[in-house]
Amino acid sequence: MEIQGADMVRAAALLGAGIAMGLGAIGPGVGEGYAAGKACEAIGRNPKEAGLLTRTMLVGQAVSESTGIYSLVVALLLIFVV
Amino acid sequence: MVISDDLWVQAAAFAGAGFAVGFGAIGAALGEGYAAGRAGQAISHNPSMSDDIVKTMLIGQAVAESAGIFALVVAMLLVFKDVQGESLLNAFAYLGAGLSMGLAAIGSGVGSGLPAGAACEGTARQPAALSTIRTNMLVGSAVCQTPSVFGMVVAFMLIFIDWSDRPFWPTWAALLGAGISTGFSAIGPGLGNGITANEATLGVARQPETSGTLTNTMLIGLTVAQSTVIYGFLVSLILLFIPKPESMAMAAWAAPLSAGICMGLGGIGPGIGEGITAGYAVRRVARDVEQNVLLTRVMLVGQAVSESTGIYSLIVSLLLIFVI
Repeated sequence: MEIQGADMVRAAALLGAGIAMGLGAIGPGVGEGYAAGKACEAIGRNPKEAGLLTRTMLVGQAVSESTGIYSLVVALLLIFVV
Repeated sequence: MVISDDLWVQAAAFAGAGFAVGFGAIGAALGEGYAAGRAGQAISHNPSMSDDIVKTMLIGQAVAESAGIFALVVAMLLVFKDVQGESLLNAFAYLGAGLSMGLAAIGSGVGSGLPAGAACEGTARQPAALSTIRTNMLVGSAVCQTPSVFGMVVAFMLIFIDWSDRPFWPTWAALLGAGISTGFSAIGPGLGNGITANEATLGVARQPETSGTLTNTMLIGLTVAQSTVIYGFLVSLILLFIPKPESMAMAAWAAPLSAGICMGLGGIGPGIGEGITAGYAVRRVARDVEQNVLLTRVMLVGQAVSESTGIYSLIVSLLLIFVI
């Protein structure tokens, strides 16, 4: 079987997309879960501030999400653009 | 020297057996050791309860062991498989089966060990609530085992279904990818469920009269944390049962393999994270059961956000399977 250069590059890009999104999902998943857990703990201690704490949790999670979104963007670039 | 297909398949079956029982042993051994450690600590706090603590430890360890036993069963099937005249495709099916079962058993084994340890500690603290503590431990650790059951189901499908009518290129990558997808994605939910069940069991020991509410909150949290292994299982089923046309292009096999890796690894993080969230929520519910509704709501919002990267992985996997 003759291996074509362009075909090999395409295959590598697809494998890269899977690895990027797969590994990139680990950190935000754990981090956001931890943030949410601590928010639950804080709301349990002080239920009156539930609104403020939920807002803070969501802002923190949104920032923590960013690397997951980078991975998604890179994966989509590798699949559709490269 | 020419090596026949039969020999390659035999070699792959042996390698798959090694992956299955090798990886599978890690989880069960760690989880049981952890339970034994906490049992020792519990006995030192309350030596008069040592008999019950040892019994609780053994029950918990038996559940944690089941992940290792599943792995052993799959390994035995692979070792004694008669591979005479099987196609080369089966070599990849056996490798995938070993990876699926072995990796899936890691999370479940460790996860089941956590509530077992908590139950020993709880028995020492609150001897009167022994049976409630044991019940909660068993419910929690049984749910921890489900990811390894998914891994076993995929392994059985890979071993026993006849793949010989599929084209070798690119089906081999789909079979391997199916094993990787369920195997890796089971690690997260197994561990995460263990973290939640640990807190719930400690909570039941603290306030035995609230055990019904606690077990319910725990189960809601566990169910959500299970979701990523279900995505992994879904991707495995799609890879196994939607055949691809024959193609020698490298991209044709890179796509399904990459889809399996993507969903598999992507399932680890959200599973652990959602388990941590549910763990903290359950811990607070155990202290103030009146907060149950509010805390469940916040827990679900937090878990939903934590789920997002798992959903991105699912989307990228599906794109790799259906769009490429």
